[in-house]
Amino acid sequence: MRLTMHPLVCQQAVELMSDYLDGSLSRRDRRRLEKHLAACAHCSTYLDQMRATIAASGAVRPDDLDPQALDELTELFRQFRGDGDGT
Amino acid sequence: MDDAELLRRLLGGDEKAFTELVVRYNATLIRIALYYVNNQASAEDVAQDTWIAVLRGVDKFEGRSSFKTWLFRILVNRARSTGVREHRSISIDPLDHDASVAANRFDEGGAWRAAPEPFTDAIDRAVANEKIIGLVHDAIARLGEPQRAVVTLRDVEGLSTMEVAELLELSVANVRVILHRGRARVRSDVETNLQGGGS
Ligand SMILES: [Zn+2]
Repeated sequence: MRLTMHPLVCQQAVELMSDYLDGSLSRRDRRRLEKHLAACAHCSTYLDQMRATIAASGAVRPDDLDPQALDELTELFRQFRGDGDGT
Repeated sequence: MDDAELLRRLLGGDEKAFTELVVRYNATLIRIALYYVNNQASAEDVAQDTWIAVLRGVDKFEGRSSFKTWLFRILVNRARSTGVREHRSISIDPLDHDASVAANRFDEGGAWRAAPEPFTDAIDRAVANEKIIGLVHDAIARLGEPQRAVVTLRDVEGLSTMEVAELLELSVANVRVILHRGRARVRSDVETNLQGGGS
């Protein structure tokens, strides 16, 4: 279905967005998608939602480290360095 | 401070540098370990073993890869040997097609019935929008495997598709398919919660 010359419909376009953002679409699919996006505000919004999702995935979030795990690892570090209970 | 600088300080025995690296990466290590082992306790053990291996091996780290890639490789090697014992198997069927967007959102011709709502008024705001960030990370945590591991390495930690494929021993094509599905699931989850959640 992807390889036909037909223009994309929205339902097909959304399936190409992830590869499009990673630059891994074939030339042909990229052209078809860009042509669709130029004419379709809804799919452009969808693409922006996808961009926002990926950007937020990589954003620094408040750390969710269990304080006990940190204590244990700090203790491990001190043992490793060989000074028992710190400085 | 970047990882390379923290590593330099760690080599000098700086405890704060070590704890900063732990704060940065321990949650991701546990999450990636869960790709291989089947419970949280095992995953935490694997993460701890990884830090021990880091302390033992840090003076031999040659900096040919980034610290992050080196760290994840150690984790994966340990998780894999533990995971084999726990016999966790992952099945990936690239042909199994889950729609990115529910079919009822489109008309018979495949066009949107109603416009999707933008998440933010500008993409770069998403990076500063705590609500979106929270919803996205919650959605990633709820993903099944292998999507969770792939999305975490690629989009949360920023590894390349190739690096993710090498680490998880998947083909690049499979990583792309899994990533596509995982991102689509996260987007749709965020959309649902933004509409339902109010605030
Ligand atoms: Zn469209």
